[in-house]
Amino acid sequence: MNLIACHECDLVHRIPPIPAGAAARCIRCGAVLFRHKPDSIDRALALTLAGIVLFVVACSFPFLTLIDAGFVQNTALFTGIINLYRQGMPGLATLVLLTCVLVPLGQMLCLLYILIPMKQNRVARYSAWFFRLYLNTQPWGMMEIFLLGILVALVKLGKMATIVPGLSVIAFGILIFVIAAAFSALDPHLVWERLEKKP
Amino acid sequence: MVSAKQLGLVSCYDCHLLSRWRPPSGGQKSFCPRCDAELHLRKPNSISRTWALMLAASILYIPANLLPMTITSSLGQTQSDTIMSGVIYFLSHGAPGIGLVIFVASIFLPLLKLIILAYLLISVQRKSSWRPRDRTQLYRITEAVGRWSMLDVFVVTILVALVKLGIFANIDAGPAAVYFASVVVITLIAAESFDPRLIWDALERNHE
Repeated sequence: MNLIACHECDLVHRIPPIPAGAAARCIRCGAVLFRHKPDSIDRALALTLAGIVLFVVACSFPFLTLIDAGFVQNTALFTGIINLYRQGMPGLATLVLLTCVLVPLGQMLCLLYILIPMKQNRVARYSAWFFRLYLNTQPWGMMEIFLLGILVALVKLGKMATIVPGLSVIAFGILIFVIAAAFSALDPHLVWERLEKKP
Repeated sequence: MVSAKQLGLVSCYDCHLLSRWRPPSGGQKSFCPRCDAELHLRKPNSISRTWALMLAASILYIPANLLPMTITSSLGQTQSDTIMSGVIYFLSHGAPGIGLVIFVASIFLPLLKLIILAYLLISVQRKSSWRPRDRTQLYRITEAVGRWSMLDVFVVTILVALVKLGIFANIDAGPAAVYFASVVVITLIAAESFDPRLIWDALERNHE
């Protein structure tokens, strides 16, 4: 079927041919129907691989170091989550773990599972299921907000002590841009079409 | 100008494939032929579900703002900070920009989101045909900005990680952190459960 319905107002459109880089919008409510993204799968795959490398770096080095009157305290990415858990707030700890670590990591792994076989003209068995998981967890990845949180905390503690950002924070900062670029490079309609051809 | 519903078609929420809508009979569900997601003509019980979540979030918004977000103890002194007292601290200690960011993310945006959702729900229930394009835009705004309210929860997480010195100072998360995180999560789910196509359905009924 050569038709598409706007997911915000349900108006039916004929799928128009659009040039690379352009977006088709609903004529009634203005929502983006789809975008034509050039080299979508190659770009998304390359950026996701870079993201995995950065993720490993972000997890394995000191995150922030607090220096106060000769007292040095190192923290890792997970320290805050562990402290919240120990303090009797397991729900909150889980929420931070999910939104800042598990969801972005899971989304990248979903994409690798789907895109690596797709690059070799194969379709991995549970691709449709994993791609739906990727799409539905999209609002729950909140790494960029966590980074803003770091900045706020630095300003707050800046008068009390010296805080040195570690290699992890830098990797984390780059990771946010790489993930955003990977996800926006990917054209979901193209993925669904490729998955449909080879069930 | 014809909607998928009027043509007897249903758009898959996950992969956007259009397929023929078979009304469910005898508790049978329909699934998308391409991606296997469950199909619904409109999000199920959208209005009552969104109302329930929106009201729950409004109630939790009160303790989230009144109870302490962080409890700082330093040299035997204990100090509790609410979201608002944190904002005032930044405004009066030479970082008005940060104070403003926290005010917008933690106090203004959640409230705005609750008000917009209530307005959209009432307008859909009254089958209003007033400026549907702008109301859809309002919905897009609530969908996009909601996540930024998590900011203060993350700030608390980082403070708790850094200031665990014991001797000099100690920062603990206060009870408001849990209430506040609940407000953010529940409003995110509320925005997700609202179906903007309901705004346009009223219009089609008026034309017929």
